[in-house]
Amino acid sequence: MAVYLDHAATTPMLPAAVEAMTARLAVTGNANSLHAAGRAARRVVEESREQIAEALGARPSEVVFTSGGTESDNLAVKGLYWARRDADTRRRRVLAPKIEHHAVLDPLSWLAEHEGAEIDWLPVDALGRVHPETLRAAIERDPDSVALTTVMWANNEVGTVQPVQELAAVAHEYGIPMHSDAVQAVGALEVDWSAGGLSAMTFTAHKIGGPIGVGALLLGRKTAAVPVLHGGGQERDVRSGTLDTPAIAGFAAAVVESVKDREAKADLLSGLRDDLVARVRAEVPDVVVNGDLGAGSGLPGIANMTFPGCEGDSLLMLLDARGVECSTGSACSAGVAQPSHVLLAMGVDGEPARGSLRFSLGHTSTKADVDALAEAIGPVVARARAAGVS
Amino acid sequence: MRVLAAMSGGVDSAVAAARVRDAGHEVTGVHLALSRNRQALRDGARGCCTIEDSHDARRAADMLGIPFYIWDMSDRFHEDVIEDFVAEYQAGRTPNPCLRCNEKIKFAAVLDKARALGFDAVATGHYARLLAGPHGPELHRAVDPAKDQSYVLGVLDADQLAHSLFPLGEDTKPEVRAEAAERGLYVAKKPDSHDVCFIPDGDTKAYLAKTLGTDSGPIVDTTGRRVGEHDGAWGFTIGQRRGLRIGDPAGDGRPRYVLDISPVSNTVTVGTAEELDVTGLSGIKLRWCGPEFTGRIECHAQLRAHGEGVPATAERTGADSIDVLLHEPVRGLAPGQAAVLYDGTRVIGSATVAQTSR
Repeated sequence: MAVYLDHAATTPMLPAAVEAMTARLAVTGNANSLHAAGRAARRVVEESREQIAEALGARPSEVVFTSGGTESDNLAVKGLYWARRDADTRRRRVLAPKIEHHAVLDPLSWLAEHEGAEIDWLPVDALGRVHPETLRAAIERDPDSVALTTVMWANNEVGTVQPVQELAAVAHEYGIPMHSDAVQAVGALEVDWSAGGLSAMTFTAHKIGGPIGVGALLLGRKTAAVPVLHGGGQERDVRSGTLDTPAIAGFAAAVVESVKDREAKADLLSGLRDDLVARVRAEVPDVVVNGDLGAGSGLPGIANMTFPGCEGDSLLMLLDARGVECSTGSACSAGVAQPSHVLLAMGVDGEPARGSLRFSLGHTSTKADVDALAEAIGPVVARARAAGVS
Repeated sequence: MRVLAAMSGGVDSAVAAARVRDAGHEVTGVHLALSRNRQALRDGARGCCTIEDSHDARRAADMLGIPFYIWDMSDRFHEDVIEDFVAEYQAGRTPNPCLRCNEKIKFAAVLDKARALGFDAVATGHYARLLAGPHGPELHRAVDPAKDQSYVLGVLDADQLAHSLFPLGEDTKPEVRAEAAERGLYVAKKPDSHDVCFIPDGDTKAYLAKTLGTDSGPIVDTTGRRVGEHDGAWGFTIGQRRGLRIGDPAGDGRPRYVLDISPVSNTVTVGTAEELDVTGLSGIKLRWCGPEFTGRIECHAQLRAHGEGVPATAERTGADSIDVLLHEPVRGLAPGQAAVLYDGTRVIGSATVAQTSR
């Protein structure tokens, strides 16, 4: 049986989510229809919205359903930029670190290319963190020109957690909206929207045991965002499109359960993760751990490691052949391995950045998974070293 | 065996991978990303290595139930194939980048990496046969003369051949397409690739002009009379007739062809079709597909990717040089092209044409 160590890519659905979703799959009903079928669907959607809001400390009206993380990031970054620029044309600066997911980075480059945005990259430290003083200094250069800032809650490749609340407090001082991509954070860290001071926050179902294809943006009640999708005016007129009632039901079940079990699961995962790192290090003594493994300061289930002298590609293929599934970072659609932009931003050189693997644990992970990796990694690294770095 | 199947996204390599898998080997598919700036979609028969091609290769691998990866060889390809291609044209020669790619990339960089990673062989969709011989595997022509690709494999040495598989050499292209359709492979009807893969529009002259700029010089006839002007000698190949833009017609009104390109004087020489006939060549950069020959042998020499060989006498003139006397004249042979020598259907080896004699 395959050893699945890629939960940060997607994690198996929780039984409660499967049950909630399948219960609605064969039921007709558009949540916008006025008749009984529509009302029944709307009830499911709104109850789901309330459950999600409650689990994350938000108000139901702040939950905007989308098709997932990429759409939420696009809506937040573009929507906030357009709204802020339209209100005051001087606001063209966007402050962001280079360790963001491509779902944030690429909309930013698009805005720079087509909409006159200027991206001011926020430097990160060797662990990938943005310091509040760094954000303050960037704002201070010209506070009136800042449209928004966006800093992810926790990094998908190395697990580094940002001081989101402190960053949001700085942005708030200047009246600047801040978005955070919390796709990896929800269900793994304490995420309390009401304490966060954020204007917008992205999260998605399939990283926490819900279905693929549904996510949400928490959008502050006073935060204006120009829509990306125009149409029937659903979701506060910010995101048009018929709502996916079954998926939303599954999403809500996953949020509720993953938030409820969060602390116990985090302890379990960080224990397994520490074991995984120690066992790999025992087999490959010169392995270098990237990111933050500190208790409470990094994502509990992620271990990113550089294997000197190896191509990440070769390692991945050899592990795959032995039934161990992991990732070299965030995969690009064309499948061509690039050095991780996250590691490069953290100051890791190009070659080590190409020789890195991300192992990510989740709710189905067991000690047997770690055992299997520990058994495979020694011979795999020896082979990959023989093949070298091209 | 553990076999790495190089999958271009075309029908041939997909069927090759399927056959190796059916023969009981453990097969892993690999698509080579050779272009630094990959186009999203392919345009008919032109180009390769688009994202669509890698998608097609992945679909075929998924259908076959084999693991599939993309290897980025674009830097190696750029250095070893594209830069070489441009430099050769710049030097007034006519290179064949497909041979170069087989020699330096597919059966070198890829094969080396595959062997280091624990694979025993690389399989490709080339139409050629490997037959057991007294000195190890011998490279032979495919049974389908219309598709035979042994010419572009004439740069492989015995060690490379010993770790190669060409599962399509016994069949014709229609048979392979029919098999692909029968297997439900969605690439069954995909058009064949033509032209140089990194020049997707097929316009080599425009590609070179973009890379090398313009450098105008004279076009002269064999008497040295100036008959026109060119904007870059590298834009011509020997035997070329079209695009000379010679305003003044030849005295006898017969068409004129490029006979010679001299990069040093930046001169292009033109003449008649008869003057293009080559009867001998000297070759360098020898590659042996099996045992080397010494002295003099009777053989067939093939000088282009398509077509048959001509009867020839080859003589070893040094460690890395041969002379080849062609018993039938060959029109428009250019330095830089490959001369592949055959003993019957068996490939003896190859040389790069250094000089031709008329």
